[in-house]
Amino acid sequence: MGLDFSVVPKFFDILLLGAFWTIAITVSSAILSFFGGIVFAVITLYAPWFIRLPFRAFEWLFMGTPLLLQLFLIYFGLVQIGIDLPAFVAGVIGLGLHFAVYNSELIQTAIIAVDRGQMEAARTLGLSRGQALRKVVIPQAVRDVIPPIGNNMIALLKDSALVSVIGVSELTLSAQRAIGRTYRPFEFYIVVAAFYYVINLGMEAVLRRIERRSQLSR
Amino acid sequence: MDTELMLKVYPFFLKAALVTVELSILTGILGLSCGALGAAARLSRFRFLRFLGAAYVSVFRGTPALIQLFILYFGGPQIGIQLDAFQAGVIGLGVNIGAYMTETMRGAIISVDKGQREAARTLGLSQFQTFRKVTLPQAMRLMIRPLGVNINALIKGTALVAAISVVELTYTAQRYIGSTYKPFEMFLIAGVLYMIIIYGTGRAVAWLDRRARIV
Repeated sequence: MGLDFSVVPKFFDILLLGAFWTIAITVSSAILSFFGGIVFAVITLYAPWFIRLPFRAFEWLFMGTPLLLQLFLIYFGLVQIGIDLPAFVAGVIGLGLHFAVYNSELIQTAIIAVDRGQMEAARTLGLSRGQALRKVVIPQAVRDVIPPIGNNMIALLKDSALVSVIGVSELTLSAQRAIGRTYRPFEFYIVVAAFYYVINLGMEAVLRRIERRSQLSR
Repeated sequence: MDTELMLKVYPFFLKAALVTVELSILTGILGLSCGALGAAARLSRFRFLRFLGAAYVSVFRGTPALIQLFILYFGGPQIGIQLDAFQAGVIGLGVNIGAYMTETMRGAIISVDKGQREAARTLGLSQFQTFRKVTLPQAMRLMIRPLGVNINALIKGTALVAAISVVELTYTAQRYIGSTYKPFEMFLIAGVLYMIIIYGTGRAVAWLDRRARIV
């Protein structure tokens, strides 16, 4: 069987719609993983031990197991305890939590690296500990880790392909649907790989801009 | 928690964990080979080889590993490549992780101090001798830790072959979740086995790293 790319254009609108959902799920999960990462970092560093220890176990489990397995757990596990979430939401939670754990590691080191004088000065000026963290320490810490968090977000984009297995109609699943009708896996997967590559390039460009702007405000 | 069920099914998970280990080892060997070739190409004197190396890294790091796997396994037969799921898994994941290892190895090689190379050349070693006896041994020390990070990602990455029905840990967990409706229990068994594999590998890498230290 030879290759025949002429079947692809007919499905172009389906693939574009899939690309839209891939971008939507990547952006939603990225936002969740960013703020989740900050919350996780604060818990790890400042929460009392009876919260911190169970939380460490949760983090450990999330860092030591594959994302695909976690997606199955979240999607089927929530159904078991009576929460029937749409696949999209389950996918965002799975991707978001997974990368929040990785972002948290980065943010923790950055928080520790922020000069102690900053916290002391803020406290002297009458801010509470929480206020000082939120308004003084964390903004500085986050600025320092934007480049490595950006790398995590690129990884997130590629891992978003995994949510096709729990039935989110993103790019990969759209390709599978088209293949189901045409029996042309090679052509469609190559085209979809090109889609991902282009989205990847676009994302890198956006991240570079954010990086530049965050450096300006130094 | 249904411990009775867990005790009943865990032998199947153990067997599946062996497949995951086997996959990880074969993928690791292929990945390291691809990484070494890729790094050599990226540092080559020849422009064309440098371009090939850069293209390899860019394409394989710029697209999802799952799609690469699908192209090889489902698309392969169309261009005359017939592989069973396990073979496709090893080759697909190995070439993918090789792109990441290329960058790790290249980074380690170029971070060896320039003075070392210059000194070796001054002492009369040829360029090849300099690389083999001076640059490479030092670079190898530097790359153990970051390669360990790649290998950690590789082990978790082997879960992807569940999508092409290789009966490894994730596939087994998925199948039992489907048949028993006990996702937490199944996740726990598979999770613990993954962590044992990853923890063990991590210790081995740390041991190697300690042994390779000069001071």
